[in-house]
Amino acid sequence: MRRPSALLAALLPALALAACGHRDLSAVDPAGPQAARIADLTWYLTIVGSAVFVVTVAFLLYALWRGHRRVENYSGEAAERHIHRWIYGAIGVTTLILLVTLIYNFTTGRALANFAEPDALTIRVTGHQWWWQVQYVDPVPSNRFETANEIHVPVGRRVRIEVQAADVIHSFWVPNLHGKVDLIPGYTNTTYFRADRAGVYHGRCAEFCGYQHARMDFLVIADPPAQFAAWYRNQLRSAPPPADSVQQVGQQVFLSTRCAMCHAVRGTDAGSHVGPDLTHLASRGTLAAGTLPNLRGSLGGWVLDPQSIKPGAYMPPNPLKPDELHALLSYLESLK
Amino acid sequence: MKRTPAPPHLRTLAILALAVVPAAGCKSEQRSFNETPPGATAFPAVQTTDIQAGPKTVDPSRGAYQENRWAVSQGSTLYEQFNCAGCHSPGGGGGMGPPLNDAEWIYGSDPENVYATIVEGRPNGMPSFRGRISNPQLWQLVAYVRSISGLTPKDTWSPRNDHMQEARPNRAARPQPQLP
Repeated sequence: MRRPSALLAALLPALALAACGHRDLSAVDPAGPQAARIADLTWYLTIVGSAVFVVTVAFLLYALWRGHRRVENYSGEAAERHIHRWIYGAIGVTTLILLVTLIYNFTTGRALANFAEPDALTIRVTGHQWWWQVQYVDPVPSNRFETANEIHVPVGRRVRIEVQAADVIHSFWVPNLHGKVDLIPGYTNTTYFRADRAGVYHGRCAEFCGYQHARMDFLVIADPPAQFAAWYRNQLRSAPPPADSVQQVGQQVFLSTRCAMCHAVRGTDAGSHVGPDLTHLASRGTLAAGTLPNLRGSLGGWVLDPQSIKPGAYMPPNPLKPDELHALLSYLESLK
Repeated sequence: MKRTPAPPHLRTLAILALAVVPAAGCKSEQRSFNETPPGATAFPAVQTTDIQAGPKTVDPSRGAYQENRWAVSQGSTLYEQFNCAGCHSPGGGGGMGPPLNDAEWIYGSDPENVYATIVEGRPNGMPSFRGRISNPQLWQLVAYVRSISGLTPKDTWSPRNDHMQEARPNRAARPQPQLP
């Protein structure tokens, strides 16, 4: 009866691993050269470590099984030499494996660090409790803009990410593209990456940062260069003016209540940078840093009562009247 | 008469009781997530005078904010984010607007008075923030503004900035209230 339970115990870790199967949030499904190097090193360490473990346990089991059977005839100088040969052999193999691992680790680290390029696309990412402020930096001021929780990058071009923190330590991690980089208050860290195939990659805060650390996600969307340029041009634009009377009322609600105290919509009087920039809110895929899909219903729920969706978030509840809320939602949905 | 030493289990009990004492301070940093459920009255009527019919009533939530360290610290963040510092200067030293760190109050120093000043606005420049700041945030601001001149309990005063950012002038040292 012991065998099935042992088999089950061996299968359990495998089950846990099966849960890691998100292709867009995986360190072993690389979409860029650095993630590929990290994945190679991961596989190397896993395979070599497992092999060493299996061999060591096999020797241990052999020793246990052989045990005291041959001990009596086993003495004298020949036996001593035999033992020494095994010990020195094992030490030699161990040293060799560790040395190869060290060199491989070192070269991988060098390759990751030497990825800098002077004319890379520069994006400044600032971590807030609990969302990501994203600024596209350009030498020409009219080519700069701000967005939140969604980073678009062109496929095949190196991207320079400058990370900062506004309050506590966060960590920027897109497993498919690169390793982690910490966001330290008062200090700017820099990292580079490149996406080699188009796709949507999930990023996550990888350093515990308070109540809603678990709901501090973002997306990195790698677009083909032409599509990226179109997206960039659209983001540079100010928000479109309200198209109908309902949206006009919605804009008035936005500007005359609490929204404008924290949020910016370029092209209007709202210019505060306490919360995420909403100029092109409707073009983003998620709300509240990956907490909700960007749909009218979830947006309404979020505006009314953020605290029951993301307790501790710094957005206060907004008890709006139904017609005000609907006008506001229509206006926000027009911010494409 | 010879005093007998306390039995060991009594001593253990006394030590355990002592260990509980620090827990009494826990509530001073307590924070609730849902302070006004949606649909509740957003802006209660503000009293501008002490004269009223019947016995004097005090908002029960008043003490909760004035004695809460979280509320005071959050108020100090909002003070900067909502640009109160633009006129009253960071730390409340005053500039275009009157200083907040002295003992002189043009429109009263009670929490209700400060609340009314923010919500209604005041002549000569103080704008009205009615409808623009949520009720819990207003009370947090009130708590912070009163803490600047030492009107909230001493343990709510923050000895240092809660934010680990680069040192900014005027916020490193806490202004000392000038009492009459």
